[in-house]
Amino acid sequence: MKRTMRVLIAALLLGIASTACADQLLMIRSSLSFPEAMMVLQNAITTRGYKVTHVQNVDIGLTKIGYKTDQYKVVFYGKAEEVAQLTAKYPELIPYLPLNVAIFAERDNTILVTDRPGVLADFFPNPALKTVFMRWEKDLTEIVNEVQEAR
Amino acid sequence: MYRIFALTLLVLAGSLPAQAAPDGARLYARNCAACHGENGGGGLGVPLSLPSFQATVSNDYLHKTIRLGRPGRVMPTSALPDADIDAIVRHIRSWNKAPAPQFSATPVKGNAGRGRVLYAERCVACHGADGEGGKGTGVTFSRPRDLPIMAPALNNPGFLAAASDSMIKKTLMNGREGTPMVSFLKQGLKEKDIDDIVSFIRSFEKSPRSMHAGVLETEQAVLTMDSPYDLKTTIENVKQAASSNNFIFIREQPLNHGLTPTGQEDPHQHIIYFCNFSMLNAALATDPRVGLFLPCRITVVEQNGKVKMMTVNPKRLSKIFNNAELNTLCDEMTKHYLAIMEEAAI
Repeated sequence: MKRTMRVLIAALLLGIASTACADQLLMIRSSLSFPEAMMVLQNAITTRGYKVTHVQNVDIGLTKIGYKTDQYKVVFYGKAEEVAQLTAKYPELIPYLPLNVAIFAERDNTILVTDRPGVLADFFPNPALKTVFMRWEKDLTEIVNEVQEAR
Repeated sequence: MYRIFALTLLVLAGSLPAQAAPDGARLYARNCAACHGENGGGGLGVPLSLPSFQATVSNDYLHKTIRLGRPGRVMPTSALPDADIDAIVRHIRSWNKAPAPQFSATPVKGNAGRGRVLYAERCVACHGADGEGGKGTGVTFSRPRDLPIMAPALNNPGFLAAASDSMIKKTLMNGREGTPMVSFLKQGLKEKDIDDIVSFIRSFEKSPRSMHAGVLETEQAVLTMDSPYDLKTTIENVKQAASSNNFIFIREQPLNHGLTPTGQEDPHQHIIYFCNFSMLNAALATDPRVGLFLPCRITVVEQNGKVKMMTVNPKRLSKIFNNAELNTLCDEMTKHYLAIMEEAAI
């Protein structure tokens, strides 16, 4: 009985203590190969009105220096008008722009990972910004789902 | 009369919307596959489909693990309804035909002091002196592909809340075939010795919360510093300061580069990208998800005649990874960013 109570209390405390860190990353596994997943990702980004601004070749940089790595890239994306308006009105957002998704090979699969835009609402508790973050969250969820479901 | 009543109930029940059972496979794909593999083969997370693993864990353990996660050890907590978690557990079980074991909740009685000695002899090499577990996140990236599992952190409050004494005992007795975890009975220990080790592991509950289960707490999401120089000079200063702090300059570009046609970018917002490849390699080996930080960057902004340097606060971001091993690296990165901006502002 005492032991059960102890477990229950621990479980309760753990639940309270770590609710805030549940699912703060948006992460999916795609059964596609890395090049295929990369293509679907970029298409999914652009069909939702965003523009891919840059692909950072993390793997190439590491390999050049002599480190061993799987394919690993970071895709930056955004919307021109939105970025201009947000950075003018909310300059504190600047370091988090443009948005990005890390994409890397894991054996024959590919993994996509990014922070949930909803997490930015904790960083910047501004009601006006929350609408923007939620819209990004919806778009980003659709984007990663499209990659996950592509065969 | 009774028949009419029963018939009415049946008709009413038929007219109610059917409550669809949660789809465990779909829930698993959405919530677990990224780390544990599509079919439970492992990856960033431990393999769940190993028969020897499934033979030594109960459904209750799996359920509690999904619910509570592992604080500071990558596995997040879950806010899914109980029915969804149960569906995920059923899906995990579907990979093996063997029935799920059940364990008594009765505590194992042993001598924790003696268990400490045995633990130091038999367990420390993999599970660490304080039960903090193996390093890294799992089998991925630069980690050898033939090592199928990371030694779990036995002192983690998530593990201790999920695992019963008898479950731990069975693991020690049987080992887990296909992983480095050996059967201690086959290694010559007696059941009494194993009870002592279990008691010692349980004693971790009374220890202060391990730093390996910690997350960094900090309020600032952004690091900002004013520059006394104009935009162009500040940009050059940041490049030089990055270099003198052992980072390699990668590129400089307007913040909206690629969003607007070349030549029409905002000249008042420039990002300077730089990298320390040794640190990058260490970070990716610790947690391959850290691409979000990459490459290191500081944005120089001119607004209303004032020039500022801005960057993300890695210590703030570290929290969302739920990986205590990243905390040190993120703390280090925050210090580097501040040092670079301070140097650029001198």
